[in-house]
Amino acid sequence: MQRTIFLPLLLFAFAAPNIAGAQTLTLKSDSIDVPDRATMFTGPGSDVVNNNCVACHSAGMILTQPKLPEATWKAEAEKMIHVYKAPVDDKDVPAIVDYLTKLKAAP
Amino acid sequence: MSIGNMVFDRRRVLGYSGLALLAASRPAWAQSIVRLGLPGGPDERSIVTNFPHKGPMILQRSRPPLLETPFEVFDKGVFTPNDQFYVRWHWAVIPTEVDVDKFRLAVHGHVNQTVSLSLKDVMALPRVEMAAVNQCSGNSRGLFEPRVPGAQWANGSMGNAKWTGVRLKDVLDRAGVKSGAVQVRLNGLDEPVVPDGPDFMKSLDIDHARDGEVMIAYAMNGEQLPLLNGFPLRLIVPGWYATYWVKALSDIEVLDKPDDNFWMKTAYTIPDTPHADIKPGQTGVKMVPINKMVPRSFITNVAPNQKLPAGTPTQVRGIAFGGDTGVAKVDLSSDDGKSWQAAKLGKDEGKYSFRQWELPITLTDKGNKTLMIRCTNTDGDIQPAQPNWNPSGFMRNVIEATSVIVS
Repeated sequence: MQRTIFLPLLLFAFAAPNIAGAQTLTLKSDSIDVPDRATMFTGPGSDVVNNNCVACHSAGMILTQPKLPEATWKAEAEKMIHVYKAPVDDKDVPAIVDYLTKLKAAP
Repeated sequence: MSIGNMVFDRRRVLGYSGLALLAASRPAWAQSIVRLGLPGGPDERSIVTNFPHKGPMILQRSRPPLLETPFEVFDKGVFTPNDQFYVRWHWAVIPTEVDVDKFRLAVHGHVNQTVSLSLKDVMALPRVEMAAVNQCSGNSRGLFEPRVPGAQWANGSMGNAKWTGVRLKDVLDRAGVKSGAVQVRLNGLDEPVVPDGPDFMKSLDIDHARDGEVMIAYAMNGEQLPLLNGFPLRLIVPGWYATYWVKALSDIEVLDKPDDNFWMKTAYTIPDTPHADIKPGQTGVKMVPINKMVPRSFITNVAPNQKLPAGTPTQVRGIAFGGDTGVAKVDLSSDDGKSWQAAKLGKDEGKYSFRQWELPITLTDKGNKTLMIRCTNTDGDIQPAQPNWNPSGFMRNVIEATSVIVS
């Protein structure tokens, strides 16, 4: 899963003898794979949430939220659409808000 | 194992062979579960070790990554190790590859000449070093009541490091700031997932940007930054919340008018009230961009509901920071705030750093007690007794309380 590639290095020496402990620091090129926990929403009504929400963030973001009122979830959905430009069809919003409001919080 | 306000419960995953449901719901790489003590839950999180350059971290969200520092790390010393320093990104398109030979930092806008600096150019500037706390605006958001949406952090979206780099002022001088400059806008390599989403950018007033303290770091704790913490360059804004500490900094634009981009004008704003405190549901409040941090302190070696021996001294210790200035004193109360005892402060690593404190206490009366810890900074600002509230869950700094059982 994890991969680190060290590309050709460049050596940079500091010319700052006035600073205690001055040492040569070498920056190395870096490349990473970031693991993704591909959790999906389940249960009645989950399709609309899976189709609209997990393109930008993993489901874990929602599954760790506390129990929140419908108005708060509606505001969150509107923010995703109008501020973060999530391509969500307006007709899907009531079903998304309904699913999230009824979501039984994980332990 | 149980430290701070969290309870590690490895048995839940590793030992209880009968818990098929739980085992099925936890991937193999979820090595243990931590309970964050968030009121009303959900407060179970996985401790994961599979993020690059990271040791055990609390998984708050995998994409884009939100990784919290396990609280016991703060008991080990004032500097947070790079491999357990918390991680927070806004957009899922984060830099996963940086070639140190090709990387460039642009300085443009209201300047005499646009420059494009290599890492070698940046590192040739005078080197500076500073210890400073980096704390998410929403650190401890999960402890707000009533609860608010957002990353449900406990107290671990903060860390302290010794940052090595150059002054932002010196980088700006390479381009030459023109008169009439108002702000400096910082942008990193992260990008919105959707093309028309607002790119994450933050701005500082020109005088702040040129104060000689704001710096661009190429090392933390003596090593290059992990990619997840902003390799190769990160803005360091000592004393200010981490939202300004732009990661993978690649673009600096000098502005001749105030920045009205979403991340300054709308996001990361706080009520313009003492402690950014309002009543739930209160509206019509003037909002301003979040800015300076406020004092906080924590006990790091006594867990909630830990048993302490009656009549015997217990050495209590922890960390404190002053916010945008140094720690003047740290006091502990074991009588619900009626009286306070001054703790002994540890080595001063600079006014923006964590500072360790310790105090031997002897509790004589058996039963349930509460230990409260309170920091006063060198400006005389003191942690409040009542928690603040705002709808974004920003700037918590209430006096922390830990229940103990004297027996």
